Amino acid sequence: MARRFGHVRAVRGIDFALQRGDALAIFGPNGAGKTTLLRILAGLIAADAGEVRLSGELLRRGDESQRRRFGVISHASMLYDGLTAAENLEFYGRLYGLPNVAAASRRALERVGLEARADSPAGTMSRGMLQRLTIARALLHEPDLVLLDEPFTGLDQAAAAALREQLMRLRSERRTVVLVTHNLDEGLELATHVAIQVAGRFVECGPRHGDAASYRVRYAEATGG
Amino acid sequence: MGDVMRQALVVARKDLLLELRSRTAFLSMLAFTALVLAIFNFARDPTAIGATDLAPSTLWITFSFAGLLGLNRAFALERENRALDGLLLAPLSRTALYVGKALANLVFLGTVEAIALPAFALFFNVPILPVLPALAGVIALATIGFVSVGTLLSAMAVTTRFAELILALLMLPFLLPPVSAAAQITSRLFAGRPLAEQVGWLKLLVGFDIVFVVLCMLIFEWTLEE
Repeated sequence: MARRFGHVRAVRGIDFALQRGDALAIFGPNGAGKTTLLRILAGLIAADAGEVRLSGELLRRGDESQRRRFGVISHASMLYDGLTAAENLEFYGRLYGLPNVAAASRRALERVGLEARADSPAGTMSRGMLQRLTIARALLHEPDLVLLDEPFTGLDQAAAAALREQLMRLRSERRTVVLVTHNLDEGLELATHVAIQVAGRFVECGPRHGDAASYRVRYAEATGG
Repeated sequence: MGDVMRQALVVARKDLLLELRSRTAFLSMLAFTALVLAIFNFARDPTAIGATDLAPSTLWITFSFAGLLGLNRAFALERENRALDGLLLAPLSRTALYVGKALANLVFLGTVEAIALPAFALFFNVPILPVLPALAGVIALATIGFVSVGTLLSAMAVTTRFAELILALLMLPFLLPPVSAAAQITSRLFAGRPLAEQVGWLKLLVGFDIVFVVLCMLIFEWTLEE
């Protein structure tokens, strides 16, 4: 896969495959092209070269049935401040054509411990609560593949712990996860596979082997830091 | 088609609910409308310019600029928290997104027009009641054309740095045909001429609506490409 913005080659020569239940953590410094890669995987932007296949099927950006299989969590909540937590989830539930949106929304809120805040506008929530609501939104339609872009950014310890719990649940449910982060400890806790991305390309990619300390050394070598 | 309409209504309902809660754009549009009507009315020398001479252009200037204010919010609210990404990730057809946004804009602008019209009659002392059905029809036709193009251009402008300015500049050439036709018909209606005499202008309005509603639905998909 490759993608450039003007003269900047944000993603180049990236090639990898994951099986159901695998969790790939992509580490890299700022500007390495991690978010661009994730946006290509999510179908939000097109690659200049290369392709993405989902269960062997070519990812087509206009295909609505394929989009049902994705859940995306990023530091932007994609929620409406003026709508309550329940209204936000019900709105997305209707877009995904869920049969009983009120019940699905209630279940999703319970799962992230926000049932008591169902009627609170998203704009009045703390960063931690908002991130939990973002998780509820992304997992509302039970996606097979979950893409996460720096999900721990700006979270306090309690919110980060809640997020970690949700991510471990995803793993136990054998959902495929791609996590982009520059935080080695948080990424490695979840990962079955690890990639290090520098200047648009993977300098390392494969099943996880070694502990956090060894990855720290390899990351420092790869990034020159 | 049923699924597209269902999704479009979900999007429109969400936009209207958000506007109902904040009322920011709606109140700005109403305040702007009242201000323009008052300025045009009081700045006019009644001995030199008759109310019916100035009224049609004033009405359409008011609707056009108030409409621009409203169109700016259509996609601006999707910029907050990158909500547009959420819409693009969902199994929502681009056509449904366009139709939903356009429907919300139509309701929104239609409400402002419905409130502004009596105020306009009051300020300019123009007898709108005898021509109300014809005038309402002309306003509806012009608004559909205005909103169909405006919704598309609003989506194009939203990612730019000066979205409000860009939208106004992009709208200008597309605004001229429906607004000139509507102003011409309004002027003749106020002069007591029958609508049957305005077939040429009406054809222009209907033609503009058909061409641009279809065209905008077809090309909307590419306006959101990154």
